[in-house]
Amino acid sequence: MTKENPEVWVFVEEINSQIKPVSLELLGIGKKLATDLETKLGAILIGYRIKNLASELFSYGAEKVYLVEHPVLSYYRHEPFRDTLAYLAFKYKPDILLVPATPLGRDLAGGVATCLETGLTADVTELAIDKEKRLLLVTRPAYSGNLMATIICPEHRPQITTVRPRVFSIPEKRKQAKGELIEEKIDLKEENLRTQRIGFIPKERVVNLEYAEVIVAGGKGVGGKEGFSLLQELAKLLNGEVGASRLAVSAGWISHEHQVGQTGKTVRPKVYLAFGISGKIQHRVGMQNSDLIIAVNKDPSAEIFQIADLGIVGDWKKVCVALIEKIKRERKP
Amino acid sequence: MLNLLVSIKQVPDTTNIRINPETGTLIREGVPAIINPYDIYALSLANFLKLRYGGKITVITMGPPQAVSALREAAEFSADKLILLCDQKFAGADTLATSYTLATTIKYLEQIDKPFDLYLFGKQAIDGDTAQVGPGVATRLGVPIITYVIRLEKLDPKKREIIVHKKVEEGIEVIKAKLPVLITCEKEVVSVPFSPVTEIIRANKVNPEIFSFKEPISFDSDKVGLKGSPTRVHRVFTPELRTRGKILNLEEEGLEKVINLIVEILKEKGIL
Ligand SMILES: Cc1cc2nc3c(=O)[nH]c(=O)nc-3n(C[C@H](O)[C@H](O)[C@H](O)COP(=O)(O)OP(=O)(O)OC[C@H]3O[C@@H](n4cnc5c(N)ncnc54)[C@H](O)[C@@H]3O)c2cc1C
Ligand SMILES: Nc1ncnc2c1ncn2[C@@H]1O[C@H](COP(=O)(O)O)[C@@H](O)[C@H]1O
Repeated sequence: MTKENPEVWVFVEEINSQIKPVSLELLGIGKKLATDLETKLGAILIGYRIKNLASELFSYGAEKVYLVEHPVLSYYRHEPFRDTLAYLAFKYKPDILLVPATPLGRDLAGGVATCLETGLTADVTELAIDKEKRLLLVTRPAYSGNLMATIICPEHRPQITTVRPRVFSIPEKRKQAKGELIEEKIDLKEENLRTQRIGFIPKERVVNLEYAEVIVAGGKGVGGKEGFSLLQELAKLLNGEVGASRLAVSAGWISHEHQVGQTGKTVRPKVYLAFGISGKIQHRVGMQNSDLIIAVNKDPSAEIFQIADLGIVGDWKKVCVALIEKIKRERKP
Repeated sequence: MLNLLVSIKQVPDTTNIRINPETGTLIREGVPAIINPYDIYALSLANFLKLRYGGKITVITMGPPQAVSALREAAEFSADKLILLCDQKFAGADTLATSYTLATTIKYLEQIDKPFDLYLFGKQAIDGDTAQVGPGVATRLGVPIITYVIRLEKLDPKKREIIVHKKVEEGIEVIKAKLPVLITCEKEVVSVPFSPVTEIIRANKVNPEIFSFKEPISFDSDKVGLKGSPTRVHRVFTPELRTRGKILNLEEEGLEKVINLIVEILKEKGIL
């Protein structure tokens, strides 16, 4: 038997036994990387009573699932998850490890990379393989997003990167896919852990910006909270969510959860409506993969027009108000 | 009495960064340097805790010589000891090398004085937005970490316990932890207090100490700076723009026509 190439791994984030879509997106891109490297795709499943999720991971392209179950792992905590993932990576020596760039994934990846003394690149927008050198080419915004940089990690393994939701798409589901399940036992004791979750306050409403089909976004040009109420009204009529630029968020007009861009969320709705947003690169990197972009800005030289499918030079409010009225009128029986 | 450590970074005030369109390089002139905003929240929390429980605040930063000004500003948050890690050998560090350098310094400080009870970091540095240094340092120190902290509900110095609120995607976790612990601070963790004049005067008397690669700590030269950084920049380029579509002028075309066009698009996409 010939020696197998080191694998490509994806850390699977799940909540209440539901696999988060971003994990599936990573399986999709992970499979491509694994194919280029002529190796297998492994999914890492860490938690408690989640074995049943393995079949879903196989159907989205995983060829192996590494499973660690333990009561201590029933909810996410940095230390036991970090040590478990680092242990697996140390034992099986994967070539690449992809982690969702969610709050959980970022918390985890920094610790794991330190345990393994290897390189970690955050928030990538593109992944490719240099087949000759068998290197992962990771592209992300640099210099505050004004330029793009391709980063490599030539001498350390695994090459770890965090990838945001919606940067890659979910692969097609294959029926009756099978794979190899590898169960690992790890010795963990609750008494040895120094942190404990003693309460949980659920959010009233989770802003589902990443997976919204329509986003009505506003920037500095919207002028204030009242402006955002109008955007909210339009978003509701369209069954969408409200997005915002960083300047609108830092002005306190809307919460950070709504921010789109390099330091906000990456979105790819069917339609992105940008009102009073200049379209600086840090904003564009978060929304340029939208199917269709409509922008309203009073400045004809605004950068947003360079990527808009339909650009309207004029006052955002006139357009927004008229659009709300028109939709309401059409809906009236 | 609490022994507090705050780790801060000086960053360019990047909201105003511009690119030279001819050369594609960064225009650095006239970009002011500030303390990373999230680190200000960490400093404020330290200040609050010192007022409440008494104790000592040590602030460390790794950066170029001008980062001294960040430390001077930090002193206004009632810091007692200021340390700048500054050496050509530290330059070009990625998060792995940065966390090594900071953690080694922290261990040294604990050795010559006493262990810290709390390590306060910013949630992330706005120049890179990696949020990796905090977890990296905690891992090297072997202390628990709680990221994205939005509230400190309780601190019990006797029981050596804290209760904090941590932001997660689905809500807020209430977490109890044993001291020492490293936390990374979100904006909400404390409101930035006004530094009283006496604090500013006192702050002027606290002089930053400069640690080099050689003194007073001996670092492993394979683990600091560019040499200690596993990641390398392979290529830098200007992002490509999507092709532009139709641009209409509202006044020229008239509101009705424009609205009809938008509605048409929304219908085409199956949204209306
Ligand atoms: C490291 C870093 C990370 C960043 N991350 C993000 C990020 O994640 N997301 C983000 O959005 N930004 C981010 N930024 C900030 C970004 O560079 C821009 O500053 C920001 O996106 C600009 O927001 P804006 O378009 O709302 O404001 P402005 O640039 O001020 O634009 C406002 C626009 O409104 C128009 N306008 C004004 N009045 C009207 C009117 N009545 N009708 C129509 N149009 C009008 C103006 O012509 C103008 O184009 C980041 C910056 C840095 C340095
Ligand atoms: N060079 C540095 N010196 C001191 N602290 C740092 C440095 N870089 C990062 N930090 C700390 O780590 C946090 C996260 O930074 P980052 O991982 O770069 O996003 C910051 O908010 C600081 O508290």
